[in-house]
Amino acid sequence: MKKYSAFSLFKNALTNNKNWQASWRDASPKSKYDAIIVGGGGHGLATAYYLAKNHGMKNIAVVEKGWIGGGNTARNTTIVRSNYLCKESSLLYEKSLKLWEGLSQDINFNVMFSQRGVYNLGHTLQDMRDIERRVSANQLNGIDAEVVNAQQIKEAIPLINTSATARYPILGASLQRRAGVARHDAIAWGYARAASELGVDIIQQCEVTGIRKNGSQVTGIETTRGYIESKKVGVVVAGHASVLADMAGIRLPLESHPLQAYVSEPLKPVLDTVIMSNAVHGYVSQSDKGELVIGAGIDSYIGYGQRGSFHTIEHCMQAIIALFPNFSRVRMLRQWGGIVDVSPDACPILSKTPVEGLYLNCGWGTGGFKATPGSGWTFAHTIANNQPHELNAPFSLDRFSTGALIDEHGAAAVAH
Amino acid sequence: MLLIKCPWCGERDETEFSYGGEAAIKRPLKPKDLNDKDWADYLFMRKNTRGLFLEQWNHSVGCRQWFLVERNTVTYEIISTKRMNSDALNSEDSQ
Ligand SMILES: Cc1cc2nc3c(=O)[nH]c(=O)nc-3n(C[C@H](O)[C@H](O)[C@H](O)COP(=O)(O)OP(=O)(O)OC[C@H]3O[C@@H](n4cnc5c(N)ncnc54)[C@H](O)[C@@H]3O)c2cc1C
Ligand SMILES: [Zn+2]
Repeated sequence: MKKYSAFSLFKNALTNNKNWQASWRDASPKSKYDAIIVGGGGHGLATAYYLAKNHGMKNIAVVEKGWIGGGNTARNTTIVRSNYLCKESSLLYEKSLKLWEGLSQDINFNVMFSQRGVYNLGHTLQDMRDIERRVSANQLNGIDAEVVNAQQIKEAIPLINTSATARYPILGASLQRRAGVARHDAIAWGYARAASELGVDIIQQCEVTGIRKNGSQVTGIETTRGYIESKKVGVVVAGHASVLADMAGIRLPLESHPLQAYVSEPLKPVLDTVIMSNAVHGYVSQSDKGELVIGAGIDSYIGYGQRGSFHTIEHCMQAIIALFPNFSRVRMLRQWGGIVDVSPDACPILSKTPVEGLYLNCGWGTGGFKATPGSGWTFAHTIANNQPHELNAPFSLDRFSTGALIDEHGAAAVAH
Repeated sequence: MLLIKCPWCGERDETEFSYGGEAAIKRPLKPKDLNDKDWADYLFMRKNTRGLFLEQWNHSVGCRQWFLVERNTVTYEIISTKRMNSDALNSEDSQ
């Protein structure tokens, strides 16, 4: 495969960009693999890449029912940060953040990771106490975090409404400067290209319809393109995790909800960082194209329809206008939904299962994009060694019966 | 927005209701006999069905009654709503 570089851009420009190669091989299924990853989102592709790169496994397939990166990976608002409260989660997300920092070089694909900082606003005294606590916890875990006051926020973000008479006045914020945003598609395409280069088969338009077992050992998967044999199957299907687990007779503590996002018409640069607020419940950043990228909370009901309710949109817009009154005249361009797999403790499941050779990576809910590299890294380790990496050991399926839940709900800065 | 027919008040906007998730989860009758796995199953494990699903809603800013809704979780179409009583819940059992 040709390496991407400034020189290759220049050279291809000379031939009218007609000589670029396809980025990855669109493979057809073989009858047997050493490991199969179900789900070609960012997490599945990252898992395949690290299985090949870190663990030397070559005979691997990623099986995707639609097109790679067409699920939540393509639908999210791309906030990347690691300032979680609990030690277990902050270490996992920080591993990811470190990988993000070198990712474009590692996979030779520009993932446009932009460390523009993330502000999590506090609007009440209790918010500020929680922020102080979380920032201190972050610092103890070696993660960059600081508390800023309303005046510092106003200086950094001139358009924000810091008036003391606002309905929800801004008292301060936590700031993680190393946090930021990245390009959603690039993470799928980049990992796919790098994995394909290492020999991984990427199989699109191939839906998994059954999981076969012999006793308690997984033996393969049934798909719309035939039966494929493998003694190791990693399921990484986000909102569809319960559906796939059910095929293997496993019950999961997950509920799948619609989560929507919105972009505005493109504007000149007005916001060079990311703002999130738990109290008014919304968050916003500005894309390189100039669109405001906006999101908020899930729809309350279980939904697999990749769309949500209008009142959820209205609620989110109210939140953004409360923070940025100037945005009230901005027109919204597009809106869409994904299906997020929400777990009881707002933490993922990266785990072995009661079925030997079957591994689960799910429960990332509203906030797994940021974790894509670390999730792939630790899940690949789990599959290759048939035991978890120390970073994902706490995120086992067992924790729901041992009681060792990791209570990020309400403790994290906000859903994303 | 969903239009939900409260069995007591009639059709109202979704914003009048709050969601209660999966219906007909049985509280263990003999809690002392349960092991940790059984407890996990009762407390945390959910069907999370893709397709026809029986769930509970509360008319929280109306009559405040809980009731049952059968809904398709892919199309979001509401098939039926009915009052919450043992007959309705037991008929779910036999399925
Ligand atoms: C609107 C929205 C905003 C978000 N904002 C953020 C954010 O700002 N920051 C953040 O960190 N996270 C965010 N998230 C969450 C984040 O998008 C997800 O946690 C993450 O992208 C999940 O990645 P994945 O690879 O596991 O899932 P996906 O990208 O959904 O991939 C799963 C794949 O599995 C495939 N699949 C399903 N069933 C089958 C089957 N039977 N056979 C074969 N393939 C199958 C699907 O087609 C899909 O491509 C947001 C999510 C949404 C919806
Ligand atoms: Zn009513």
